[in-house]
Amino acid sequence: MNADTDIKTRIIEIEILRYNPETDIEPAFQTYEVPCHEDWVVLDAVNYIKDEIDRTLSYRWSCHMAVCGSCGMMVNGEPTLSCHSFLRDHPDKLRIEPLANFPIERDLVVVMDDFIDKLKSVKPYIVPREKRSIDDGTHTQMPAELAKFKQYTLCINCTLCYAACPQYMLNEGFVGPAALALAHRYNLDSRDVGASAREDVVASNPGVWECSFVGACSDVCPHDVDPASAIQQAKIAGVLDYFKSFLMPKGEAKQ
Amino acid sequence: METIKADVVIVGAGGAGLRAAIEIAETNPALNVALLSKVYPMRSHTVAAEGGAAGVTLDNDSFENHFNDTVTGGDWLCDQDAVEMFVKEAPRELTRMEHWGCPWSRQPDGSVAVRPFGGMKVERTWYAADKTGFHMLHTLYQTSLQFPSIKIYDEFYSTDLIVVDGRCRGLTAIEMRTGQMRLFDAKAVIIATGGAGRVFPFTTNGAIKTGDGMAMAYRAGVALKDMEFVQYHPTGLPGTGILITEGARGEGGILVNKDGYRYLQDYNLGPPDPWPRKKAMELGPRDRLSQAFWHENKKGRTIDTPHGDIVYLDLRHLGQDKIDERLPLVRELASSYVDADPVFKPIPVRPVIHYTMGGIDTEIDAKTSLEGLFAAGECACVSINGANRLGSNSLTELLVFGSRAGQGAAALASEGNPPDDTAEIARQGEVARGRMTALFLQSGDGESIPGLRKEMNVTMEEGAGIYRSEDSLQKTCQTMATLRKRFQNVELEDKSNVYNTDLIQAFELGSMLDVAHAMAVSALNRKESRGSHQRLDFEDRDDATYLKHSLAHYDPEGDPRIEYKDVVITKSQPGDRVYGGEQK
Amino acid sequence: MSRKPFIRPVPTASWWLHQGRYTRYMIREATCILIGAYSAVLIVGLMRLGEGKVAYDAYLATVQSPAGMLFHIVALAFALYHTTSWFNVTPKAMPLVYAGKRVPGGLIIGAHYIGWAVVSVILLVLVGA
Repeated sequence: MNADTDIKTRIIEIEILRYNPETDIEPAFQTYEVPCHEDWVVLDAVNYIKDEIDRTLSYRWSCHMAVCGSCGMMVNGEPTLSCHSFLRDHPDKLRIEPLANFPIERDLVVVMDDFIDKLKSVKPYIVPREKRSIDDGTHTQMPAELAKFKQYTLCINCTLCYAACPQYMLNEGFVGPAALALAHRYNLDSRDVGASAREDVVASNPGVWECSFVGACSDVCPHDVDPASAIQQAKIAGVLDYFKSFLMPKGEAKQ
Repeated sequence: METIKADVVIVGAGGAGLRAAIEIAETNPALNVALLSKVYPMRSHTVAAEGGAAGVTLDNDSFENHFNDTVTGGDWLCDQDAVEMFVKEAPRELTRMEHWGCPWSRQPDGSVAVRPFGGMKVERTWYAADKTGFHMLHTLYQTSLQFPSIKIYDEFYSTDLIVVDGRCRGLTAIEMRTGQMRLFDAKAVIIATGGAGRVFPFTTNGAIKTGDGMAMAYRAGVALKDMEFVQYHPTGLPGTGILITEGARGEGGILVNKDGYRYLQDYNLGPPDPWPRKKAMELGPRDRLSQAFWHENKKGRTIDTPHGDIVYLDLRHLGQDKIDERLPLVRELASSYVDADPVFKPIPVRPVIHYTMGGIDTEIDAKTSLEGLFAAGECACVSINGANRLGSNSLTELLVFGSRAGQGAAALASEGNPPDDTAEIARQGEVARGRMTALFLQSGDGESIPGLRKEMNVTMEEGAGIYRSEDSLQKTCQTMATLRKRFQNVELEDKSNVYNTDLIQAFELGSMLDVAHAMAVSALNRKESRGSHQRLDFEDRDDATYLKHSLAHYDPEGDPRIEYKDVVITKSQPGDRVYGGEQK
Repeated sequence: MSRKPFIRPVPTASWWLHQGRYTRYMIREATCILIGAYSAVLIVGLMRLGEGKVAYDAYLATVQSPAGMLFHIVALAFALYHTTSWFNVTPKAMPLVYAGKRVPGGLIIGAHYIGWAVVSVILLVLVGA
C-alpha cells in the first residue's frame, strides 16, 4: 500500500528558532535539511525533523486539518497554521519561529495564559433571557438570525490574529481580536442578553477602543472569522448603547 | 510531591469531560472539580467531528427506531438497557446544548434541522453545518467557563491512577511546562480521554488520540471491553487520513470505483436508486462500506495512487449552493489537501481508522469495576455501540454518558470523605514519579520512540485491519508482545524538563502499546465475524458462543487474559442486518 | 521549576517597517495629515474670502502656484486612497442580512461609489461646471 516512492521530493532548508530555558540565555536558530514530499504541509516537515533528525524539538499539534488550532507558528514571518501551509507554495528555504507577541516557553511552544484569561474575561457563554427547561424545547432561531452571528462562531482559538496584531504587540493589555470577536458572537446571538454584562471588558479602552482597524487579524485568520469586522461593529454598538443609556437610563437596551 | 486536593478529578477535557464537569458544577456547586487535559480543551479531538449528533426529533421517528437502528448497527453486541436509556436521553441533551448556545443548523421555520445518516431509518442527526464537533466542543468549553468550581489544569499529562483498598483515590500527572509530577487527591475520578486511533498508521484521529486513559484504567485493574472492534470510516483522504464526513453521503454523495460504478450495490446494499435513500447504498453502516472497499480492492477495481488505493466520493450533483451551505468544510479540505474541489471533481477517499468501539468497561451509569472511577465517551465501552458504531451516535454519547459520569462522581464525592490514606497515596505518587525518572536514566542503545511506534502501526494495519485471520492476528499479537518488552528499554533523547514532548511521546507510546496489544489479543480470541471485526477464517456470526463482550485484563509481562460477559438483551433478539432495498 | 519564558523585544519605533501590511496601514493613517492640511487650506480660503478681493486673489495665486498645485495633487491622491480604503472596509463595519443571507460586500461598496458619484455630480452642477 505504501507507494510513497512515486511522490516527488525536494530538500528544503528549514531554520527553526530554538529555545531551551534550562540551557539557553536567549533563542537561536538551528537549521535542518529536510527531504520533503511535494504534497506535504509545513507540519509534516516539522514532524519529520522530530521523528528522524532531532527528538528535542518541542511544538504543539493535533488534528492536522486546521480545526484544533494547536499548530500556529510564524512561517517566513507570517502567522500560519503549519498543518495548512502547503510546501508547494514555499521556496526551498523556510524560517519557522514561535507565534509572535507571546512569551516563548520552549522552542515553538508559546505561553498561552494571557489569551485564555482574555477569552474568559469577555464572558463567552449564553446569558439567557429567561430560565428555560429542557421540556420547553429549543429556542426558535430563524436562519437569518443564525446568519447574523454564524461567522463569529468559527474561531478555532489558534491566536494567529494575536500574533499579527500590532496593537497587541505594543500593548499586551489589549483584549485582542479573537476574544472580542467571541464576545460579539454572543452579543449577536438571538438567545443571549448578556451584552451589558460584557460591556465593561468589551467597550473599554483595552477592549475595542485599543483597536485602530489595522485589519492584520482578519488577513491571517484561517477561517474567515474577520475579527476586525466584529470589533468595528462592537465599537458602533458600544457608542449607540452609550447614547441610549442617556436617553433611556432605566432600560437595559440590548443592541 | 505537590498535592492538589479536589472533590472530583476529570481526565480529558473533550466533549465528555467538559459535559461531566458542567454536570457536577450545576448539580453541586460546592464540589471542586479539577479538570485535567494534556492539551488546551479546544484542541481535544471532539473538535474534528463533523457530521452531527443523533437524537429523535421528527414526528415520524421514535425511540424504538433509534434503538433498533443502533442495536442492528452494532450487530447486536450493544447492551440494550443502555441503548434504551441513551436514545431517550439523546434529544434532551441536544436541547440542552442548544440552550447553551450551540449554533445548530435550522429549518426555515427556525426549528433545529436534522439530516440523514448511515444506518438510520429516519433522519435524526442534528448538525451545525459540517463542523458539529467543533461547535459542540466550543459551546461546552465556553459554557464551562462560567462555573468557578471548575478549575482547568491545561497541559497536564495524567500518568497513573492511585488505588487504595480497591478504591480509586486520585492520580499523578505531569505538569508539562515544568516537567514536574503532581499528585491529585480526589474522592472520585472520571476518565474521558478519548479513543486510540493512533495505534494504526492511517487514521482520522489527531496526534493526541493515544489511549492514555484506557491504559491508565487497564493498568489499575479495570478490564478493557470489546477492544477488537475498531471502526474504519469509509471516507478518509488518502495520505493524511483527514475525515470527510458521512454527512456528505447524507446529503446525497455517492461512492464509485475505477469504472465509475456505484459498487456498493454488489454488497447487499442496493438497489442504487431511488437515491438518496435511508439505510441503503452509501447510507449503509460504516463497517459494511469499509468491507466493500476491501473486496473491491481485492478485485482490482480501486484506483491506485501514490498514497494507496482509493475510490471516489462524488458530490458534483449536489451543486455549489448546497455544498457551500451544508458541507463547506468538506469543500475546503478536499480542495486544499487533495486538489479536488467537490463542486467540480470527485474526492479520492479510502477507509481509515476512525473510532474505537471498545474501551474501559463501564456500566450504564458510567461506573467502572473500580470504586471511585468513572469513564465516559470514546475511552469507555458501555456498550451502546456494540460491534460497529453508527455515525452521529458518538457526539450524543459524549453528552449522555458525560452527564451520567458527572452525576455519579458528584454523588460519590458528596457522600463524605474516604478514609485518610495520605501516606499510601503519597507512596504511590512516588512510585509513579520513579517510573518517569527511570525514563531519563536509560541511555545508549535504547529503543527509538518513533521506531517502535512505526512498527506497531505496521503490524496493526497488516494483522488487525479490516479483515483478519488466525495467522495475521498471531503474528500481530507476537509482534505487539515483543514491542512491549522492547519498550522497557526506550530511550529519551530529550532530557530536559520544560515542555519535553519526547517524554510525553514516550508515555503515549507506552499507552498505545498496551492498548494495541489488548486489541490484537481480543481479536485473536473472537473466532467469529461481527460488525467491524471480520475474520476470513470465521466468516459467520456465532451468537451461541460470542454474543458476549470480551474483557481484556492487564498483565504487565505477558498477553492480557481474555474473559467474556453476556450482552444485555432486552427487546431485540439478534437477527439479520438488512440494509438496502426499497425505502420503508 | 526551571521555566524561564522568553519575551522577544518589541521594536516600538520601527515596528511598522517590518511588514508590508503594517507599512500600508501607516500610510493609510498618514493620509489624515494631508487631509487635515487640505481642510486647513480650505478654511484659510474661506477666511481670505471674508477679507476681501485682494486677500482672496492672493490666496488663489498661492493655491495655483506650482507648489500649490503639487500639494493639491498629492493631497488628492492621499484623499482618494483614504476614501477607497475606507469604502472597501465598510461592509465589515456594517454587515447587512437580507432574506436570511448576508448581502455581498461588493454591493455595499458599490453603493458607496455610486453615492459618491451622485453627490459629486450634484456638487459639480451646483457650482456651475
